[in-house]
Amino acid sequence: MNIEIKNGRLIDPATGLDRVADLFIANGRIIAIGAAPEDFYVEQAIDATGLIVAPGLVDLSARLREPGFEYKATLESEMQAAVAGGVTSLACPPDTDPPLDEPGLVEMLKHRARQLNQANVYPIGALTQQLQGKRLTEMAELHDAGCVAFSQVDIPFENNLALLRSLQYAATFGFPVWLRPRDHGLVAGGVAHDGEVATRMGLSGIPVIAETVALATMLLLVKATGARVHFCRISSASGLEMVRDAKRQGLPVSCDVSINHIHLTDLDIGYFDAHYHLVPPLRSHRDRDAIRAALLDGTIDAICSDHTPVDDDGKLLPFAESEPGATGLELLLPLTLKWAEEAGLPLPQALQKITSDAARVLNVVAGKLEIGAPADLCLFDPAAEWRVEPKQLKSQGKNTPFAGMQMRGKVRHTLVNGQSVYQIG
Amino acid sequence: MAHHHPQLNQHGELQHLLTIEGLPAPILTQILDKAESFVSMSDHDVKKLPILTGKSVFNLFFENSTRTRTTFEIAAKRLSADVVNLNINASSTSKGETLLDTIHNLEAMHADMFVVRHAESGAPFLIARHVAPDVHVINAGDGRHAHPTQALLDMYTIRHYKQDFSNLRVAIVGDILHSRVARSQIHALTTLGVPEVRVIGPKTLMPTSVEKLGVHVYHDMNQGLKDVDVVIMLRLQNERMNGALLPSAQEFFKYYGLTLDKLAHAKPDAIVMHPGPMNRGVEIDSAVADGAQSVILPQVTFGIAVRMAVMAILAGNR
Repeated sequence: MNIEIKNGRLIDPATGLDRVADLFIANGRIIAIGAAPEDFYVEQAIDATGLIVAPGLVDLSARLREPGFEYKATLESEMQAAVAGGVTSLACPPDTDPPLDEPGLVEMLKHRARQLNQANVYPIGALTQQLQGKRLTEMAELHDAGCVAFSQVDIPFENNLALLRSLQYAATFGFPVWLRPRDHGLVAGGVAHDGEVATRMGLSGIPVIAETVALATMLLLVKATGARVHFCRISSASGLEMVRDAKRQGLPVSCDVSINHIHLTDLDIGYFDAHYHLVPPLRSHRDRDAIRAALLDGTIDAICSDHTPVDDDGKLLPFAESEPGATGLELLLPLTLKWAEEAGLPLPQALQKITSDAARVLNVVAGKLEIGAPADLCLFDPAAEWRVEPKQLKSQGKNTPFAGMQMRGKVRHTLVNGQSVYQIG
Repeated sequence: MAHHHPQLNQHGELQHLLTIEGLPAPILTQILDKAESFVSMSDHDVKKLPILTGKSVFNLFFENSTRTRTTFEIAAKRLSADVVNLNINASSTSKGETLLDTIHNLEAMHADMFVVRHAESGAPFLIARHVAPDVHVINAGDGRHAHPTQALLDMYTIRHYKQDFSNLRVAIVGDILHSRVARSQIHALTTLGVPEVRVIGPKTLMPTSVEKLGVHVYHDMNQGLKDVDVVIMLRLQNERMNGALLPSAQEFFKYYGLTLDKLAHAKPDAIVMHPGPMNRGVEIDSAVADGAQSVILPQVTFGIAVRMAVMAILAGNR
């Protein structure tokens, strides 16, 4: 279908393009910006007056809960949530049940996602069989089945030897490894940042050293193996300092943070509100400030939603017993805009973290308004105000710490491969 | 984000008693004064007051504690309430019934007041958020977080023996990390104007940033006890004694157990308190526990009056 998107403010974060212009799509790809190509006839015109036309968002972590946790969410519900949030490409971690440790499971997931014909799904394969942290998975086979990287998620390795072997084997094929730095012994059942707030509330703490000790080990192993490693959800100032140093030394590492940690701190837990029970835990103001600084200086490559749908029963529990996580796909864009506004950041620069930079980490063709690129687009009204009403979210997970908060920026239209997959008036 | 304090009603009165933290001094004093009227009354051998006639108090103990439950039971009965004791162990949760299911079922039985003991910090807050508006919740100890009635009876005891809070040095000794009692005591003492609160214990039993609560941290017991007016010993749970946090009960007693020798560093008229039940020979020597400076038994007596006071005040606040 030939589509003309008229009068939109085009923002291409990768090139810094920011101007009102028309955009032309044919055969699912962007074919021209500005003037229509010769002999182009419009089959569908989309009036984007007053809207920003940006690349579809690329989310580095969205739990779709399939297979195994369909009572929490289904592929259908979460894919709808993705496109409602303007997310056109997403990576899903392998901590499903069973975990994504066999090519058949990955093919099934890809197939199911393709049938739904919404966002592009990029599975992250399990680094070890059943995520037990012991034996390697068939990474090359999994890669052929569609895995773009390999991860152990939050589950410990049996020992450092297992981590070393995983990195060596992945490096053999040049596969990126995504690691969450977390020393499980030091976490020791903790549920909140180990600091004044946890002390007051009598919640067992997760110290910053649980992150930095693991990070130190992982960085030494990166050095030893040359493996490409992406660190997921760094939460502390000290952790970011280590990543910054590693990048200065030229190590092949990157990292992301969750959008929640850019806005919230442990103080927001208030009176034991389980919606603020997240992994990694919300940390101090100082850590949040460091996250914001590291976004600006490039230490942090990308922002992800860390979308984790949890059902009501999982949150209506005493804080420590509640299930951690927050729904996020539909909040990634407005919360990124909010950060941009608070940081006084130009929109193209802020959007990089959820488009082109995220696509670079994921190593996929996405996140750009480029001639010839797939027409994965997010059209949003940057001025539209709305209130987060959990019941109105498309995601089956209604669990959000931002319930009742006022947001600015609403997705009006999402296209994937040149097809409208979401549209509101 | 603004959080309305969940234990106060729109008039700033107590709707629930969940924690000492954030309560203004006049509310604490009101409870202590009310308790005092009950203490003098039981001297006159009046056993029952009609304050809670026709009301049902449910003691919901998700964690066992015969002592605390009994004092609440006696307090409620002295106020003429109907008391229902429920020890809810893992069996009901293993049947799939959630904490809130349990609460709603009991509400349907016309409970007016829940006294809740739970192993998880914050559980009484969750309950208070979900009960009907006219139901009161009293926290009888949640995880490591708070034990407000214990702290109030301790304040009552201190006021009884020392009259004035404004010139005291108080030391709390032992396992601060896991102690809800210590947290509530610290808030109560600082709110009531005690100028110097000390916590004493090894680093493994000290919470992170505890000094932010307004206390001075000591790791040497003799230094920490120097010139204090009140010594509060904490119970050391059995599971803390072997290995991970402490090498042995014997070594703990040698360095942090209260003996007459160590007590000699405190003021001569210092009082010794303990929330009970005591581990003699672990955190406290019998010679101290049964000695002239011990006020551990009067604490128990005052505990009933303080719990009566809390229930009576809550029942009067709508």
